[in-house]
Amino acid sequence: MSDSHGQTAGGGALDTFPRLLMQHARVRPGRPAMREKAYGIWQTYTWAQVAENVRAIACGLAQLGFRRGDRLAIIGDNRPRLYWSVAACQCLGGIPVMLYQDAVAEEMAYVLQDAEIRFAVVEDQEQVDKMLEILPQVPLLEHVVYDDPRGMRHYTDTLLMGLDELQAMGRIHDQNQGDFLDSEIDKGASDDISIMLYTSGTTGKPKGVCQTHGAFIAAATGGMQFDKLTDQEDILSYLPMAWVGDHLFSFAQAMVAGFTINCPESGETVMTDLREIGPTYYFAPPRVFENLLTTVMIRMEDGGWFKRKIFAHFMEVARRCGAEILDGKPVSSGDRLAYWLGNLLVYGPLKNVLGMSRIRVAYTAGAAIGPDLFRFYRSIGINLKQLYGQTETCAYVCLQPDGEIKLDSVGKPAPFVEVKLADNGEILVKGPMLLKAYYKRPDATAESINADGYFMTGDAGFFDEDGHLKIIDRAKDVGKLNNGAMFAPNYIENKLKFFQHVKEAVVFGAKRDFVTAFINIDLEAVGNWAERKGMSYAGYTDLAQQAAVYELIRECIEKVNADLANDPMMSGSQVHRFLILHKELDADDGELTRTRKVRRNFISDKYSVLVEALFAGKTIEHIETEVKYEDGRVGRVSADLRIEDTRTFAPQGAVKAA
Amino acid sequence: MAREFGEVILDLQNISLRFGGVKALTDISFNVREHEIRSIIGPNGAGKSSMLNVMNGVYHPQEGKIMFRGEQRQKMEPHMAASQGIARTFQNIALFKGMSVLDNIMTGRILKMKCNLFHHALYWGPAQREEIEHRKKVEEVIDFLEIQSIRKTPVGRLPYGLQKRVELGRALAAEPTLLLLDEPMAGMNVEEKQDMCRFILDVNDQFGTTIVLIEHDMGVVMDISDRVVVLDYGKKIGDGEPDEVKNNPDVIAAYLGTSH
Repeated sequence: MSDSHGQTAGGGALDTFPRLLMQHARVRPGRPAMREKAYGIWQTYTWAQVAENVRAIACGLAQLGFRRGDRLAIIGDNRPRLYWSVAACQCLGGIPVMLYQDAVAEEMAYVLQDAEIRFAVVEDQEQVDKMLEILPQVPLLEHVVYDDPRGMRHYTDTLLMGLDELQAMGRIHDQNQGDFLDSEIDKGASDDISIMLYTSGTTGKPKGVCQTHGAFIAAATGGMQFDKLTDQEDILSYLPMAWVGDHLFSFAQAMVAGFTINCPESGETVMTDLREIGPTYYFAPPRVFENLLTTVMIRMEDGGWFKRKIFAHFMEVARRCGAEILDGKPVSSGDRLAYWLGNLLVYGPLKNVLGMSRIRVAYTAGAAIGPDLFRFYRSIGINLKQLYGQTETCAYVCLQPDGEIKLDSVGKPAPFVEVKLADNGEILVKGPMLLKAYYKRPDATAESINADGYFMTGDAGFFDEDGHLKIIDRAKDVGKLNNGAMFAPNYIENKLKFFQHVKEAVVFGAKRDFVTAFINIDLEAVGNWAERKGMSYAGYTDLAQQAAVYELIRECIEKVNADLANDPMMSGSQVHRFLILHKELDADDGELTRTRKVRRNFISDKYSVLVEALFAGKTIEHIETEVKYEDGRVGRVSADLRIEDTRTFAPQGAVKAA
Repeated sequence: MAREFGEVILDLQNISLRFGGVKALTDISFNVREHEIRSIIGPNGAGKSSMLNVMNGVYHPQEGKIMFRGEQRQKMEPHMAASQGIARTFQNIALFKGMSVLDNIMTGRILKMKCNLFHHALYWGPAQREEIEHRKKVEEVIDFLEIQSIRKTPVGRLPYGLQKRVELGRALAAEPTLLLLDEPMAGMNVEEKQDMCRFILDVNDQFGTTIVLIEHDMGVVMDISDRVVVLDYGKKIGDGEPDEVKNNPDVIAAYLGTSH
């Protein structure tokens, strides 16, 4: 791993992504760089092929008039050709701007206007239609290149072009002027902006985060050294390309380390593809791990009594000693034997079904992960770790070192990163991975980076005795109840969400006398449960309002309350009253961000009637809400929502004191 | 976008069909032109499915002439229709419930397979090559209908809407030139219907397949059809472009309902 950062024996500095790509094409031309499942078969592209294709796209773009510093919008699922377009844009000294593929047209219009986009590479007809729809709002847009020609036969707009044609054009250009692209790559500098990623807009309008080649290469290199990654890793690229995590893991680290990325066949086949590829290095937000566990639990509950018994027994063994064995801590030989047997009968087959047999390192980030959920994966022998970072820091601030895993911390500062705490507990970071600026927003840039060059994350946290960072909540979300007790909504929501029946939770309590909650049930899990009980229901709204379901959810909340009562800091935050919402929270209705985090303020405004009813002690409240369907139509859902009380527990600390 | 149609490929002249004393179809004439989407509508028991069965040779009308691609059709069996490039789906899903989606669609290729039973049993030499070729075609259909995620799922475990899509897939696997769809959208929700409409239009557009469609959802029929024929009690009461049919007083009375 001597050449992992900066220099090679050859001499040229590998300080931009195009240079790294060309280096891989020279050093390991035959190694698989990318795989994509198409027509049911995994198709492989070697580094040499990737480099050739990137050249063709880059030259094609240049032929269309793409110049240094131009922004290229890239929209679509994880397709190799879209990753190539990112690299091609960088070769020309342009700035790729990644957009979330499931964003509605108006959201895209905002970004295209903000970034003054002239060129876009999009995946398919769906995205082309969105571009054509917003065309009047984005007069600067000159060229839209599409990857998949399906359904495009009758499109005659002159700004459209197929990626195949673009590549063909580029190849001719490359033959005629062979040194053009190389000289463009030579002009690139480490300090150039390599990518623009838009913040999810939890607060206000999305901002374009400009990151340099140097920043992402530093973050990728640090991560590789930290986890001893090699060019032999396999990773599944299935998270939105516009998300910083995917860009770090599937692009930056793959480019730095030279390992293989695998693109799933479609969004629905990810589970199958995961099993077929068996990645060695895996990244997923907590939600994915949560869904996987829910699926496993549902299927286990449908199993025969013998299987359920075996599963329950060995999960107990794993809970007792699995995580300790993974961390290399001393464990009695009896437990080791039991774990070995469990691995043979339960954990091994389970990991195989999940597609996680080969995993050496798995990371989760993006939201806090429930301790029980986290412990489950570690206990069956999956080296799942947490990391902490933002779009502004290339998703790279803290990492959990192997063998030093704490369930409630995000680990230690990563290589090259300096972390310190402000007086109000806000986490401040500094290092080579910091953003260069917010695009055209010097005010926002100045606001988020302080005079000493520290980036203010907006998260509140503290270091524990071993130097591990613990995150409590967003600094601005941490509030106080009327009696002065600390109220950290995220902390409680995450505890609630760990229950398989709870899909989403939103709690309220800042400047109130007690804490209340909105609950979204998990339609799959609760539906399955209702089916086994022989309950009939007509869709989500009906199921959500059944008395038995309220009973089920109340049990979950009371377990959380009992748990909170154990924590002297949090015992005041027990949930006193709750209701189950009549519709699922949805990003299309603005209730979740595109990365599926709840927008608490938006929700409390939108459903203010319900919030007031919760605190006013009502037992029923009528609500009518607009819902947007995927095709943009608008419908209305109305329901009478029940509101119920829950049992709360005396704080444990107080009991001891008495 | 102006749509272009070719020659008349299927011409039904004065068709009458009786089951004993029951007259299912009485003196019906209409034709189907190449590349068009032709819908048959009518109330329950109007004879729509019988009409489709006449087209692909399941029923033999007692009277009338069927011209297919300029030749008068003799008495024939359904598999002969299939080998002439006519494929169909059924009102009640007729898939092999225990078999995977992939295998079900593969059965649509059977008429195109040339190797004998012996070769297939040994899965050797030409049989293997042939199967790979057919699998490729099947994968194209799977890709086209966006059902990659259920490729290996037994059909019986799928929701109704997807089963309908698989059935369309099996019909497409035969690479038909004339596709008969018997209520492809019955029992579907709005979203599933939208998907199915898109697939039908895509099939028509990309492969140039001529489509004859029975459907009850008037919105769908009027949206996607080029021409509509209306049956009532085994008689033809209307024929023409959707707008014409919509305003035809007989049709309104019989099917869309009269204002009282």
